[in-house]
Amino acid sequence: MYVTNKILPELPAPSNAKGIVHWLKTNLFNGPINTIFTFLGLFIIYKIIPPVIEWAFIDATWFADSSSACKLENGDRKPGACWAFITNRFDQIMYGFYPASERWRPNLAGIMLVLLTIPLFFEKTPKKAWLGGFILLVFPFIAYSLIHGGGLFGLPVVDTSKWGGLMLTLIISLVGILFALFFGTILALGRRSSMPIVKSLSVVFIEFWRGVPLITVLFMSSVMLPLFLPEGTDFDKLARAMIGIILFQSAYVAEVVRGGLQAIPKGQYEAASAMGLSYWKSMFLVILPQAMKLVIPGLVNTFIALFKDTTLVLIIGLFDLLAIIENVLGADPAWLGFHTEGLVFAAFVFWIFCFSMSRYSMALERKLDTNHRN
Amino acid sequence: MTDAQTSTNNNSDEKYAIQLINMNKWYGDFHVLKDINLNVKEGERIVICGPSGSGKSTVIRCINHLEEHQKGQIIVSGEEITGDVKQLERLRTDVGMCFQHFNLFPHLTILDNLTLAPIWVKKMPKKEAEGIAMKYLERVKIPDQANKYPGQLSGGQQQRVAIARSLCMNPKVMLFDEPTSALDPEMISEVLDVMIELANEGGMTMLCVTHEMGFAKKVADRVIFMDAGQIIEENTPEEFFNNPKSERTQLFLSQIIGH
Repeated sequence: MYVTNKILPELPAPSNAKGIVHWLKTNLFNGPINTIFTFLGLFIIYKIIPPVIEWAFIDATWFADSSSACKLENGDRKPGACWAFITNRFDQIMYGFYPASERWRPNLAGIMLVLLTIPLFFEKTPKKAWLGGFILLVFPFIAYSLIHGGGLFGLPVVDTSKWGGLMLTLIISLVGILFALFFGTILALGRRSSMPIVKSLSVVFIEFWRGVPLITVLFMSSVMLPLFLPEGTDFDKLARAMIGIILFQSAYVAEVVRGGLQAIPKGQYEAASAMGLSYWKSMFLVILPQAMKLVIPGLVNTFIALFKDTTLVLIIGLFDLLAIIENVLGADPAWLGFHTEGLVFAAFVFWIFCFSMSRYSMALERKLDTNHRN
Repeated sequence: MTDAQTSTNNNSDEKYAIQLINMNKWYGDFHVLKDINLNVKEGERIVICGPSGSGKSTVIRCINHLEEHQKGQIIVSGEEITGDVKQLERLRTDVGMCFQHFNLFPHLTILDNLTLAPIWVKKMPKKEAEGIAMKYLERVKIPDQANKYPGQLSGGQQQRVAIARSLCMNPKVMLFDEPTSALDPEMISEVLDVMIELANEGGMTMLCVTHEMGFAKKVADRVIFMDAGQIIEENTPEEFFNNPKSERTQLFLSQIIGH
């Protein structure tokens, strides 16, 4: 027989990994094959990284008024990158053909949006719901009146055909993401509805838009749609492209959200309705907050795809970031032959935005994880 | 005999909180509930027991229309349940329910779980709802957990929160669907204590599907035994446990008390 009244004290867990040498031994040099791969990897890194750094930074020409600064005397290119191509035409890359004198307007709208959004990221901000509502419901009108003109402030109109560059990319993506999220969620609920008409309409909508390529949608919106509209109806090209993108992406969002809805246990639906919550209240207060949290990775995946797909608007004659660099600046005789720098820069900008979305979503997932918080 | 029991027996013309009249339900071709007739007086405490698959949970889930019955009538506080959405939302505020798996909302704190329905269904101001929530959390003896999330609580604590959550709506009827069967043995008593206290206060109509025969003996006015979708026997706890009439009840009791 054994009896004890002594409760053992809590001890710290033994640490297995001690120091960098131990880490190297267990991760890079454990066994002959891994050692070979480690050296092979180091060799490849050595072959790639230094030349890239040399090209992009050490030998690069950063600022210049003309392309001659990037060329040798015999007319050949200098070995380094010619970032002057980017810095020299930076304004156009940012704003497209938006008139220089009016560029304060999109800047102001952008700054306003950032300043309004920042408080949302702090726990302590009071009346967050009101601020969020203001950003979603009121700010768009302010932003439109600023960037497009007319409207609230009576500023001179800058036609959407003049919008371009990163500004256009961001506007399309932001509007696209917000609306696609909204309509996608409604569609997902519709597809799970017990009402047969709502359900079949949602299914047909989703399956149709998911089944056609985005390029087709954009083509249709800009080439075919005007043929069906009465003569003289002027329907903004950007608006048409946006509607196409929103319809297309909401179908994807809908399926992602539906995955989340299906993962919520039946008991949650039952508990919500047993408390007397109506359908919409139980969806928005109980089911969707949980479902959305589950599908953050899938949603961000869709949004990143949407962000990159905005480059397709080029084919209907809108000049987003990539189109400006490739087709406008790249075709400029004064800067011929600096294609690579342009593409590298565009890739870098896209990567920054996509990577930020991805990091933000990871932080959000951690923050919303209420299951195992201590 | 408890006090409450005497009083219900003396006032036989008291109003009914719930009436089930020839209720039938099918799952596809499977006849789960067969001609269920049950009158529950206001303030009466009823325990429903029976083997698994006997339809006992289905009965109480039909009462607040989480399951739809196909034949017969369900009358809650004098109103027949028609399945009309508005009517259901109204009736459900009067009928609280506790589930086997608690079904707390994991994304909300305990306090928010409790105030959700009062704020959004009863349109109560937040401060007032929180005051009521804290009152009930004290009653189930866990006011200190108010700002935690359900995932951080033990099963017993979660079920007590679930009971408090239902009570916040100030229901006239409480339905318990096997509230202790998902709990670890050492947590069962803390939940039963809360339920016994609630029952002893009187005034609350309680229908409880449970296998806790001790609970039935202590607080029930009536015990109902179901098998194969039918009510087999219905009696006071004393008679039910000491002198079961049907063979099926005798067998059931010998099985659950025998070990």
